[in-house]
Amino acid sequence: MPTDILMPALSPTMEEGTLAKWLVSEGDNVAPGDVIAEIETDKATMEVEAVDEGTIGKILVAEGTEGVPVNSVMAVLLGEGESADTIAATPSPQPSPQKGEGAMAATVALPSTSPPEEEVGASASAPGEGAATPSSPQFSPASDPDLPTGVQMVEMTVRQALNEAMAEEMRADDDVFIMGEEVAEYQGAYKITQGLLDEFGARRVVDTPITEHGFAGIGVGAAFAGLKPIVEFMTFNFAMQAIDQIINSAAKQLYMSGGQVQAPIVFRGPNGAASRVGAQHSQDFTAWYAHVPGLTVIAPYSAADAKGLLKAAIRSPNPVVFLENEILYGHSFEVPKMDDFVLPIGKARMVRQGTDVTIVSFSIGMKYASEATEKLVAEGVDVELIDLRTIRPLDIETVLVSVKKTGRCVIVEEGWPQGSVGSDISARLMEQAFDYLDAPVTRIAGKDVPMPYAANLEKLALPNVDEVIAAVNAVTYRS
Amino acid sequence: MAKKAAARKTAATRKAPARKTAAAAGRRPSRSNAPALDKEQELYAYREMLLIRRFEEKAGQMYGMGLIGGFCHLYIGQEAVVTGVHMASKEGDASITGYRDHGHMLVAGIDPNGVMAELTGRASGLSKGKGGSMHMFSKEKNFYGGNGIVGAQVSLGTGLAFAYKYRGEDNVSLTYFGDGASNQGQVYESFNMAKLWDLPVVYIIENNKYAMGTSLERASAMTDLSQRGASFEIPGEKVDGMDVRYVHEAAQRAIAHARSGKGPYILEMLTYRYRGHSMSDPAKYRSRDEVQTMRSEHDPIEQVKQRILSEKHASEDELKSIEKEVRAVVTEAADFATNAPEPDVSELWTDVTILAGS
Repeated sequence: MPTDILMPALSPTMEEGTLAKWLVSEGDNVAPGDVIAEIETDKATMEVEAVDEGTIGKILVAEGTEGVPVNSVMAVLLGEGESADTIAATPSPQPSPQKGEGAMAATVALPSTSPPEEEVGASASAPGEGAATPSSPQFSPASDPDLPTGVQMVEMTVRQALNEAMAEEMRADDDVFIMGEEVAEYQGAYKITQGLLDEFGARRVVDTPITEHGFAGIGVGAAFAGLKPIVEFMTFNFAMQAIDQIINSAAKQLYMSGGQVQAPIVFRGPNGAASRVGAQHSQDFTAWYAHVPGLTVIAPYSAADAKGLLKAAIRSPNPVVFLENEILYGHSFEVPKMDDFVLPIGKARMVRQGTDVTIVSFSIGMKYASEATEKLVAEGVDVELIDLRTIRPLDIETVLVSVKKTGRCVIVEEGWPQGSVGSDISARLMEQAFDYLDAPVTRIAGKDVPMPYAANLEKLALPNVDEVIAAVNAVTYRS
Repeated sequence: MAKKAAARKTAATRKAPARKTAAAAGRRPSRSNAPALDKEQELYAYREMLLIRRFEEKAGQMYGMGLIGGFCHLYIGQEAVVTGVHMASKEGDASITGYRDHGHMLVAGIDPNGVMAELTGRASGLSKGKGGSMHMFSKEKNFYGGNGIVGAQVSLGTGLAFAYKYRGEDNVSLTYFGDGASNQGQVYESFNMAKLWDLPVVYIIENNKYAMGTSLERASAMTDLSQRGASFEIPGEKVDGMDVRYVHEAAQRAIAHARSGKGPYILEMLTYRYRGHSMSDPAKYRSRDEVQTMRSEHDPIEQVKQRILSEKHASEDELKSIEKEVRAVVTEAADFATNAPEPDVSELWTDVTILAGS
């Protein structure tokens, strides 16, 4: 059968072009790769190559013709023993298959941008959501496991808890290893990896040069091959050097590979402001990572949560960004003394139940939120306090249930206000609990400035307990 | 699915023949001192390179018809690089490259139907239609992409090597990148750690002279890319990447080095792409003469073909029948990729994360 030579598209957006020049004539023999014509668009001139072997049977579009539609037949190629007589006089232009499908697709409603959790509320449906919207999987986190009766609680710093979590997981699974700057011989810049080199040796506790981009990529590659790396960033400020590997390589890999290649890796280290280290070393990246589908983002407050969730993160088949806080490293909390204390990813902790107002926070924000709660309760305000613990997937259900009860919500975090975790929760509450709100949802966040060095200014830049109390007074109309 | 399975019927015949040295092959080299391939190897190389060439020509055609969207980077002209390296590798060795990845997948033995159907964005594509030309993977064939970010694959490939060493496995990571990527910072971070830890990785720089439209001379202060590992004491050599014999011989040396625990090795493959950087690149930054000279005097497939004929490894007719068979594979892939259904809309939400318990 003769082969049609079609007007090619140089890009998916091209619809027509000029057939500038024929480099062959009827009767010429051509081989694959031979340049047979030149076409022009407003952007470029392009050579057209023969794809099949044969003889140019008939040229149907003369050179110099403008506005030749993509996919229309320019000429006909004859195979061995085929004659030009078999060619129809004027073949009609064929519509582009993709364009045809595109037109059909345009009548289909756009899929919802909502993440799975948002389908919980009845008011969740955005205008224009049609029947064609594919349903998203429901995420329902497990509850915390019941602690054994009479379990001993031991006082422990967040630092010790993180260290124990890694040591326990490394004992249990040879595929788990840690790499990062100063994690081995120096025993950790913040001593989170203290003792690990002695117990597990240099094969599994790997000191790296100061090359975040490179070692993050090496960690992700090792994860592709089935290892379970823990990549420690000395602080998350330096992970910006590596964020391409975290997002473009780790977070998107499962999706891009159609489910074939997993990236079971944990990126961990201190996040947010420390103390008097200035703008480049004091930034909260929670909202950045929480934005990215494919990542799990965990930001614990207490030592028990740090331990139970880091163990869960190491076991997770997904890439996890585990955001610690330098100031909390030395804080002590009670941790259950158990052989294998693991907590569910994606479940918020109900710290205190109350009926007047919901305070939502995570990581060091919980410090301000807890102290404010204590004072407010003493003043007679029945606060409900929620520690998110995991930021992605976000346990919005727990927040929704709470706010539908209290009608008021204050969100506390150290990050900048625009595009913050609080902004997102606020939007979701507006979408899904609008009728239950008795006051505007209020965000307490870091000030919208780079972190200053001066002690007084730094203090002002961070949220504080008084701000939380003032916000609660405002939404409960007590001020 | 039946159609997909059927396409693999040729897999057995496509297995790379066992390596032989020039001496063992006992053939008189056609160029003085050129390493030789035996009959089986020459025919294998011919078929593989032809498959890539015809596949890519077909992909270009289908792009022109609007069946393939987005970016599409063709490998035409560079076929000898992946073919020669693959012939020197062994089962289980990993490979990873950038966005010009179709050839790497075909030579790894990945189903052409699955590759073409990914290009057309169909459910039976290698990534269920969710990856596209630049994002394809095969865990089964240890092919890790298919990476759209220039240079990222160098750190990732080094990580694959890290895993081999960690587990005490004797496989190597074949990490491909271009002359453009060779200027990225993470490449040198990776070189440093690869040598520091003596990781089993072979860095194959496919120097096709142009990073998109910028020639090597205009982008690189030092253009001898084989020596880019010198600061880290990584050995490197320049290789005629248009001649599969030289590629194969150098790859054997590099892979043996990496496999024996001596650490990374750099091969700078001097190669050439006949087409533009991507389908929408008219390649006006180089002369038609330059392209024509490479095509007529250095074509990797033509070189093998002439040797096969002059050594009487096969007749014209036998080569024609290989050509015919390759064409049939490509035609089937194109038909398959054109007719396969698009992914079900429910696929929008799958493979984002692995949910607990699943």
